[in-house]
Formats: sequence, structure tokens, C-alpha cells
Amino acid sequence: MQAADFQFLSALIKERSGIALSSDKTYLLENRLGPLAAQRRLNDIAGLVARMKSVRDEQLIRDVVEAMTTNESLFFRDGKPFELLRTAILPRIVAARPKERPLRIWSAACSSGQEAYSIAITLLEEEALLAGRPVEIVATDIATSMLIKAKAGVYSQFEVQRGLPIRLLLKYFTQKGTNWEIAPRLRSMVSFRQHNMLGECAGLGRFDIVFCRNVLIYFDEPTKKGVIERIAQVLAPDGVLLLGAVETIIGLSTRLEIVPGAAGIYRPVGSGPRAAVA
Amino acid sequence: MRTCLIVDDSRVVRTVARRILEELQFASREAGDGQAALAACQEEIPDFVLLDWNMPVMNGLDFLRALRQLPSVRQPIVIFCTTENDINHIQQAIEAGADEYIMKPFASDVLQAKLVQVGLL
Ligand SMILES: C[S@@+](CC[C@H](N)C(=O)[O-])C[C@H]1O[C@@H](n2cnc3c(N)ncnc32)[C@H](O)[C@@H]1O
Repeated sequence: MQAADFQFLSALIKERSGIALSSDKTYLLENRLGPLAAQRRLNDIAGLVARMKSVRDEQLIRDVVEAMTTNESLFFRDGKPFELLRTAILPRIVAARPKERPLRIWSAACSSGQEAYSIAITLLEEEALLAGRPVEIVATDIATSMLIKAKAGVYSQFEVQRGLPIRLLLKYFTQKGTNWEIAPRLRSMVSFRQHNMLGECAGLGRFDIVFCRNVLIYFDEPTKKGVIERIAQVLAPDGVLLLGAVETIIGLSTRLEIVPGAAGIYRPVGSGPRAAVA
Repeated sequence: MRTCLIVDDSRVVRTVARRILEELQFASREAGDGQAALAACQEEIPDFVLLDWNMPVMNGLDFLRALRQLPSVRQPIVIFCTTENDINHIQQAIEAGADEYIMKPFASDVLQAKLVQVGLL
């Protein structure tokens, strides 16, 4: 690939999605955009770039950006966050709120929906705790194809075997040939919407719990800062933000702080109980 | 070192599973059918059993039922690993006391994920 083409594409992708591609990621662009070029009957990536420069083809731009997203996801990814949701976060938030107030959870950058459905399953498994309280899970992603898959709620045998305990598979899925379809009850707990993390998220409403996992890793520092700032704006004063296992916002935000003893969980500064000792 | 018993009538499958499990620091034994597996368990209870369904002499489900009857101080964790991929088989296995279920073809990261789920990793 020509250096100029790489520059053109990486700048466009960064502007549209925040995904930062350093020049050692040339192979990634080639692997992902080669097939797209072929599909569009363009000779190669140079042809793709030429087309993008000559006509304003918004769909093509979107396809290019989407092709550069990494959509890897699995049910109950890393286990721990969902365990903490069940044992610590939910009980605390439920205890602090009037019963009629809906619990709102955001799965930001939800990919094919496994995270949102894992949250929904966790909530259903803790029904007694919720005691009839209304729940809304909003799941968003930039990638149209992922949202379609997420909404369908149909997963391959391989996908359901990664992270989903067999007992929960039996309880919440039905078999469709070699695939597995999520129960309507779970599907109705989640509303999937297209949303770009670079944009304002106030329109999504206020959230008690935000999962924003394994997406910040693709952004550079200023972009991460902006995303965290916007999440902080929609987070309830006693809400929490959960990040991926390898992500941290230390040094990136003055509005959020780590919850002591809970790696990867953040809360608005000053919201925690004042230290009981000392 | 944790111990496991690999029960499958295919030597190829046993070898593949053994390789994965040894990499995960399990000491493995093998059995080619349910009866041989039961004998192996009577000799020494492993930490977990990776269990095929269709086997000559005694199938996996009959083995599991017999295993759960064994008067033993400790029962192994049992993970089915089989091409019997329909919901009825899975249900039967769980009712007979299986802890987890892997539908073949199985990938090593699926096995690893299941081992984490049952607390063996
Ligand atoms: C690796 S997946 C993470 C899925 C899930 N959160 C998890 O942890 O398993 C990353 C997702 O981020 C999405 N993404 C990337 N840039 C985005 C942006 N600017 N706005 C919204 N979603 C974005 C991608 O489409 C992809 O589905």
C-alpha cells in the first residue's frame, strides 16, 4: 500500500471513529479493506482510495470505517465485572433508590450483543433483588452489521460456548439448527441503537451503570479523554463505569476515580462513602 | 498438580485433549470407554473428567450415572465433550450430574473457558 493511501485512510478512520492506526498496522488495513475493494469491484486499495477521493460516497466511507472495527466479544467476558455487578453494584444501587425508579444500564460499544445479554441474564438471575423494578439496558455500537446481529440475538455454537455456562444456555436460549437464539424476554430488556462514542451521548439519557469495555484500547489519549468525559456527564452521581480488563482511565479524567478494591470500576469523584477509618 | 481423566473412544481426540490439558498443567489419564473410566475412578478419583458420549461397552451417560453413585468422599467435576449437540442430550447430561457441556468440534479456548467457569483454572 502506498504511504499516501495509508495516510488518507487512517486519517479518515480516525476522524470518523476515533480508531487510531499507526503505520505498523498497514497489514490490518490491507487485510480488512482488500475484500471490501473486491466487493465494490475496485482493483485494490489504491482503487478504493481513488474512488473515495473522486466521489462523495457516504456508504463507502461507512463501510470502510466499519471494516476497521474489531468486533471480538464473548458472553460474560472476564467474568469478574458480572460477578461484581451481581454481588456489589446491584445491591448497592437498588438499596439506594426508590423502588419505582428504573435501573438504567448502558453497554457502550456492544459489538454483537454478548455483553448486553450477559447483563440482562445477570439481572434476571437476581430477580428477587430487583423486586419488580423496571430495567432498561441500552446497547450501542458504531457498526451497523453488529447491531443487526445483536438485535437478532442468534449465536453460533462456538459463540455460546465461550463464556456462557451450560445451565444459562439451557435456561435462556432455544436451539435453531446449529445456532442458538436468545429468549424473547431477554431481548426485550435490551434496546440496541447506533451511536458513535465520538458524539454527544446526552440523548441516551442518564445511566446508573455503564459498561464501556474493550473499545478505549483503539483510541489515542485525547479521544479517550473525550469519551470518558462524555460518559461522566451521563453517569448518575452514585453510578459506576466498568472498563475492560486491560483498560484504565488513570490520568485521563478528573471527574471519575477508581472504586477502592475494585479494579476496573470507576465512580464520580466524591460520590463514595468517606473513609470510615482515619 | 490437578488430575484429569480423558474418556473418549477415539485415540486422536484423547491425544489432542491430553496435549491441551497438559499445557494447562493437568496430569492426565485416559480411558477408551465408560467401563474403563469407572475402573480408573475407583482406583483414584481425578479432579475432573472430560467425557465423550458415544462409546462402546458403556456410554458416557451411563458412566456418569454410575460415577455419581460411587460411595466416594469427593466427586470429580464432569465436563461432557461430545458431538451430541442437541438440547435434549444436554438436558439429560445435566440431570445426570454433568457440570458443564462442550459441543464438538471443540476448540482449546472453549475447553479453557469451561475450566475457568467450573473453577479448575
Ligand atoms: C472489541 S469490541 C468490544 C465489545 C464488548 N464491549 C466487549 O467487551 O466484549 C469493540 C467494539 O467497539 C466498536 N467501536 C469502535 N469505535 C467505536 C465508536 N467510535 N463508537 C462506537 N463504537 C465503536 C466496534 O464496532 C466494536 O464492536
